[in-house]
Amino acid sequence: MSFISLLWVLLLGSLLGLELIGKVPPTLHTPLMSGANAISGITMLAALTLIVKAEGNVPLLIIGSVSLGFALFNVVGGFFVTDRMLAMFSRKPSNKK
Amino acid sequence: MNLPVIIKFVIDLLAVLLLALGIKGLSKVKSARDANRLAAFAMSLSVIGLLSYYLGTSGIAIQSWIWIIIGSIIGSLFGAILAKKVPMTSMPETVALFNGCGGMSSLLVALGVAIFPISSGQENFDFFKSLINEVSISVSIFVGAITFTGSIVAMAKLQGWLSTPVWTQSKVRHFVNIVFAVASLIAFFDLINGNTSSIWLLVIVSSLLGIGVTLPIGGADMPVVISLLNSYSGIAAAAAGFVVDSQLLIVAGAMVGAAGLILTQVMCKGMNRSLVSVLFGGSLSAQSTTSSGSGEYTNITSCSVEECALTLEAANKVIIVPGYGLAVAQAQHTLREVTKKLELNGIEVVYAIHPVAGRMPGHMNVLLAEADVPYEQLKEMDVVNPDFPATDVVLVLGANDVVNPQAKNDSSSPLYGMPVLDVQEARTVFVIKRGMSAGYSGIKNDLFDLPNTSMVFGDAKKVLNDLIGELKDLGVGEK
Repeated sequence: MSFISLLWVLLLGSLLGLELIGKVPPTLHTPLMSGANAISGITMLAALTLIVKAEGNVPLLIIGSVSLGFALFNVVGGFFVTDRMLAMFSRKPSNKK
Repeated sequence: MNLPVIIKFVIDLLAVLLLALGIKGLSKVKSARDANRLAAFAMSLSVIGLLSYYLGTSGIAIQSWIWIIIGSIIGSLFGAILAKKVPMTSMPETVALFNGCGGMSSLLVALGVAIFPISSGQENFDFFKSLINEVSISVSIFVGAITFTGSIVAMAKLQGWLSTPVWTQSKVRHFVNIVFAVASLIAFFDLINGNTSSIWLLVIVSSLLGIGVTLPIGGADMPVVISLLNSYSGIAAAAAGFVVDSQLLIVAGAMVGAAGLILTQVMCKGMNRSLVSVLFGGSLSAQSTTSSGSGEYTNITSCSVEECALTLEAANKVIIVPGYGLAVAQAQHTLREVTKKLELNGIEVVYAIHPVAGRMPGHMNVLLAEADVPYEQLKEMDVVNPDFPATDVVLVLGANDVVNPQAKNDSSSPLYGMPVLDVQEARTVFVIKRGMSAGYSGIKNDLFDLPNTSMVFGDAKKVLNDLIGELKDLGVGEK
């Protein structure tokens, strides 16, 4: 990938993000923030790349592994916590009936 | 294009599509939970895509597998445990902590690549040869470090571990932060000039900048800052995407960055604050205690829980205005018991949710949902405001600034223009509050002086418990 096409990817990705959540009910702001936060842990892919390409360089392996740990903490924790919040919303309509 | 490349390409494309659908679905109540799972699925898919690509091309060494497994297990385990254990009231600081760790991850990746340029069989992976890589590494470190330290400071402040130091309210902090920012810039250019060791300077000063910018910001503005930092962590991920040449990372990071900015904007609007004043204005309370509206209360009516119960019993329609104080007192379950009794007595109960009730937009909805309050009873401000004149009793629980009529009537008030709930239109207003202390803004609340307002002093949870007792004595909800 050339740098220019990566810049296009960045631009289109940003526009997509702006469009996606144009209208959100306030109820969902906290879950949405938490869910989006989990997605930002996608840097785990960068950490994985680092580990795979380390070729036996131990300090690099450790840095990659720690980075992977931080990212997965963000991803796993983020998705679970979001699910916990959203579970409360979905339980309610059945309560009423 | 050989097979592994094609497979990875298809999986990446699919993952981006699912992530986009996930974010989209998260914005609707019905689809939100499935959307969150969809996004989680997309993330695991992207990991499978990446690993299978390397297995099909260069292969993955045993040693790499070991480190991958160690990192994954420790990170996931801690994340899952914290997510299960944390109480719903501490949601904002939990999001801040997760967010900071995401920033830390991007920072470490960039640092790793910068210190040990990695080689690759496929492409020319000598990072420091090209300017672009140096820039993306610097950006990743800069934004990642700010995200990390800023989020940690935000978490510590929300937890009450850190208070706002006095010097940060003076003009000195602008000078200090400008020094940090300029130092980051110097380190950045030094790095591009090929001086690799200045990377540590960049790490240190951008970390300090994250602290310096977040530390002066006061409690009420904290959610805005967390949302902004959330956006930063997306930008850090996108920058890391440039570092390791991954389109998927760039797209996902950019999406989160943009989405975070929109959310930040929404929160600012709800509090009638501009982003600039949140970031540079210092905490609102520090400026406004001396300005308008700090006068004494002249006409406070205080009443007992018993009177409150009697009025409630006679009411037809009751609106509850929950606020931050309710969340702090963890009284949402007790409140639910009170409203259950009222409902059994045929009284119509509705909850009026201000856009920034609680500590984050939507936080109050989550807390009330936890206490099994039916979704249909939660009414947003614009929907519920016309209902107040036809309401018999309003119970204000731990809310203050969001029910201050000054925001509508007094153009000299710092609150002027902020959207508020028109509770004073109701026949009787009970304000349950620990004392006469001001809200976040430090501004006198004119509502308390009105003749139809009565104060019930006490901790929200205790008052509600007493209220349950009184209602029981009156035979309310005992059918």
